[in-house]
Amino acid sequence: MSMNTQGRPTAPQAASAAAAGSALLPEEPLLFEIGDHDHSGVDLPDVDVSDDRLGGLRRQSPLDLPGLTEPEAMRHYVRLSRRNYSIDSGMYPLGSCTMKHNPRLNEKMARLAGFADVHPLQPVSTVQGALGVIDELARWLMELTNTVAVAMSPKAGAHGELCGMMAIRAAHDAKGQGHRNIVLVPESAHGTNPATAAFLGYTVKSIDANENGTVDVEAVKAALSDDVAAIMLTNPNTCGLFEPQVIEIAQAVHEAGAYFYCDGANFNAIMGVVRPGDLGIDAMHINLHKTFSTPHGGGGPGAGPVVLSEALAPYAPVPFLRRDGDKLELIEHAGAESFGRLTAFHGQMGMYVRALTYMLSHGADGLAQAARDAVLNANYIKAKLRDVMSAPFNGQPVMHEALFDDTFLKGTGVTTLDFAKAMIDEGFHPMTMYFPLVVHGAMLIEPTESESLQTLDVFIAAMRDLVQDAKAGNVERFTSAPRRAPLSRLDETRAARQPRLKWTPLDNSREAAE
Amino acid sequence: MRYLPHSEADRAGMLAAIGAKSVDELFAAVPARVLGTFSPDLPDHQPEFAVEAHMRALAGKNRVAGDGPFFVGAGAYRHHVPASVDHLIQRSEWLTAYTPYQPEISQGTLQMLFEFQTQVAHLLGMEVANASMYDGSTATAEAVLMARRITKKDKVILSGGLHPQYRDTVVTYLSGLSGLECLTPSPEGQGDIVDHIDDDTAAIVVQTPDFYGHLRNVSALADAAHARGALLIVVVTEVVSLGLVEAPGALGADIVVADGQSIGNPLTFGGPYVGLLACREKFVRQMPGRLCGETVDAHGRRGFVLTLSTREQHIRREKATSNICTNSGLCALAFSIHLSLLGERGLHRLAKLNHARACALADALAGVPGAEVLNKTFFNEMTLRLPVAAAPLVERLAEKGIIAGLPVSRLEPGKPEVENLLVLAATELTTDADIAALADALKGELA
Amino acid sequence: MTIRYTEDHEYIRVEGKIGIVGISNYAQEQLGDIVFVELPSVGASYKKGDEVAVVESVKAASEIYAPVSGKVVEVNEKLNDEPGLINADAAGGGWLLKIELADEGELDALMDEAAYADHTA
Repeated sequence: MSMNTQGRPTAPQAASAAAAGSALLPEEPLLFEIGDHDHSGVDLPDVDVSDDRLGGLRRQSPLDLPGLTEPEAMRHYVRLSRRNYSIDSGMYPLGSCTMKHNPRLNEKMARLAGFADVHPLQPVSTVQGALGVIDELARWLMELTNTVAVAMSPKAGAHGELCGMMAIRAAHDAKGQGHRNIVLVPESAHGTNPATAAFLGYTVKSIDANENGTVDVEAVKAALSDDVAAIMLTNPNTCGLFEPQVIEIAQAVHEAGAYFYCDGANFNAIMGVVRPGDLGIDAMHINLHKTFSTPHGGGGPGAGPVVLSEALAPYAPVPFLRRDGDKLELIEHAGAESFGRLTAFHGQMGMYVRALTYMLSHGADGLAQAARDAVLNANYIKAKLRDVMSAPFNGQPVMHEALFDDTFLKGTGVTTLDFAKAMIDEGFHPMTMYFPLVVHGAMLIEPTESESLQTLDVFIAAMRDLVQDAKAGNVERFTSAPRRAPLSRLDETRAARQPRLKWTPLDNSREAAE
Repeated sequence: MRYLPHSEADRAGMLAAIGAKSVDELFAAVPARVLGTFSPDLPDHQPEFAVEAHMRALAGKNRVAGDGPFFVGAGAYRHHVPASVDHLIQRSEWLTAYTPYQPEISQGTLQMLFEFQTQVAHLLGMEVANASMYDGSTATAEAVLMARRITKKDKVILSGGLHPQYRDTVVTYLSGLSGLECLTPSPEGQGDIVDHIDDDTAAIVVQTPDFYGHLRNVSALADAAHARGALLIVVVTEVVSLGLVEAPGALGADIVVADGQSIGNPLTFGGPYVGLLACREKFVRQMPGRLCGETVDAHGRRGFVLTLSTREQHIRREKATSNICTNSGLCALAFSIHLSLLGERGLHRLAKLNHARACALADALAGVPGAEVLNKTFFNEMTLRLPVAAAPLVERLAEKGIIAGLPVSRLEPGKPEVENLLVLAATELTTDADIAALADALKGELA
Repeated sequence: MTIRYTEDHEYIRVEGKIGIVGISNYAQEQLGDIVFVELPSVGASYKKGDEVAVVESVKAASEIYAPVSGKVVEVNEKLNDEPGLINADAAGGGWLLKIELADEGELDALMDEAAYADHTA
């Protein structure tokens, strides 16, 4: 037998830790290790301000900020970027986060000078187009939710929760119901819900889910009393299920004199298909960075407008818009009823432009189709994996995310975390893990509408292969994962026990001495 | 629909695999009377060019700041952003990544945040900084709550020089809690905040340069606060000033918050911006927001992770330090890139240039009969007292193409003492011609 | 010397009027690496069931409830620098605080070693 060893190897080499040093995935030193005080990537005249008006407050302490010329900066940030996974590079099935495609037209529109180079406090007569964007986006949001008002200024989902719950508190105060101090929150809720309620001084009362993973109206009724201010309910819920009794729950909550705050993080499943206002919600935040495709940007910025029912509309925060014929007025000061102001200026204009662009591109028909495709994709994944993985609350169709628990891993020595890390080696971002808390070892998969059938099939095949290997006892593949990432698993204990939260030269000399 | 990959055949095949006859079947849990029983009064999908035309028409109705003389600041500043900043932040790997929950495949974002935290700490002169907040105003409110947790005291005093919308934000965040004291506006830079500090005081909040442009020497305030067991929170809305003006940390501040918009981020009608929050190391476990820390991987290589996350909502739920979750990642990246390009030398020069332009503006305004600049000190912003109400004057000048500044009455309505006040800013983008045009126009109006 | 356990996995080892409080070995195993401990002030008084300390692992923060009422007379300062002591020796060097019992009768409601072993089985 002749063995031809010339030319390129045709089988992949076993991935090793050394991959991280290669030309395509270089390691990158810290800015503070490459920049210095003599470099700068901007050319500015060195003007003389010896005759300053600083009242003796000139900076004496060192700035100690390294500079980079433009080519150095390009290389530093391009190299760093290559150590990030992103939606554009692969499927990102992070449950509850709606990692859908971010259209580039949105980015182009946000950069028009007429939006990007406009000051929030220039005369209102000179920003009618900006107000027009807010007005138009608000109309889409109200139309899609069947509500009568929207508070646009909240800067993220959690900020929107604060907004909605403050409106609820103001409404109770106005009705002489300020004694109501309990907020009902189901076990499966996002952590922000109880955090928000507690932030406002409410006592959080937890409601258990039934065996189907949803909330029973009877459980809500049993918890309601004259001291309950509101229920915070996510619908579709964090198990990926539509709450079948949501209308009855809303009625019971209203009959008890309380309000219904809906966490709208999962609106992507129902936009254009179900209007939350028809379900009886009083307030709901909408994450523009989830449902309406504004980029997540490695953790923000987001935007969390809150739609409001008639009952809560009077208590909306400033600013808001009022139309006077062709002119839009910006109301910046609270009347007696508004609960106040949540931020300086008018909210996340850059995100509004992107979200509105997305909506116009899709149209009402396209949004509904996107929701239906998102639901279809999640159910397809569930159908193709349920025979090898374990899905709680079996039988019923899911909305836009498929939830699995770790029963199928029992006895394999592989944990949910190990399984997720092994997905990285297969070219996927892991799903959401250990959330919601109501399911043991939860794995929450949200494909969104952006994934093609081909991608879904590749993903499903990879997952099935992983499951088979875990059950076959190939534990090493999981416990040592990821092996094909720039770094292997990181020591979070060390990071938390001896926090190093900024670079210092001392740290590095100590490092060298070790 | 250009963003939806499925063909009808794909959908049919998938339904068959699921064992459902239609997608509607998947919505079986939704009560029939609310499922698809409406037809929204909204347009259907459109080609890219049609959407672009629609958005351009809206953009065209705004007066672009750069299209003529422009002097509004008041918490948002028009600065030049290098072209490379915007190019870099649009790279897919930055733009379309999520919060770095999987550190092995998020080292780009994490290392950037670690660098950002270091830059912010150095700039503000503090020991630790977090990975960003929504903006300066909400960061101020969070700092106030943080100070109350640390001191276990209630009373918080807001200086009269604090941006009125920052004040209103703090008031709203603290509604329902006792102890907030807001001092009356101090357009002449006067301050009697020291007289209000007592043993029940958790913190005093002082902005510098303040809303009216005055620089405040906060070191005496720090001493007065510390003597009564209170903390000094310093607010900076114009971070470029720190290239020339002493850092709050060096003057005794315990918590410093700022809006980082001026570096790397365009005006965009008020957002998104990036909040900075830094403090003394001993307070780190009371900090809100995300923190990135250095560690090693299983092979001993340096890496970064989100850390001390037990402070946060997803773990502590109702006991979290704050409900903040998403913050301003991409704006923090823009800030960090721009500050890397500037470096110490560039930032110092930029700050000097801003101050020089502001000095030119102040000198020109001093030559306007009937008008008076109230500032003895300033960085790049100042308050002008006019002999007439400022708001209508600004409207008239806007019609002539000059955006003259912010009438204080817009943020402080119903206060006669501020009705004639105009706050103006100059930056490196303000030209001699802009200043001359403004001075001439003011002279014309006041003649 | 008696040792008693709560349902929430605190232990109290009583010597005379003083009880040494910590978390059980079972609890430290469940929590994983402890990274931070928040201890009460010496001299502070707590009622049975009050939150008296917080133990943080990387992934969870757990409130520690006073197993009995009483006054804190000493805290384990070593944990500030070495929270890992709880993982290494929960029942010994990883103790959290010493409390002066207000009512020894409260111990009767707690579990003994055998009952706790059943509880965690």
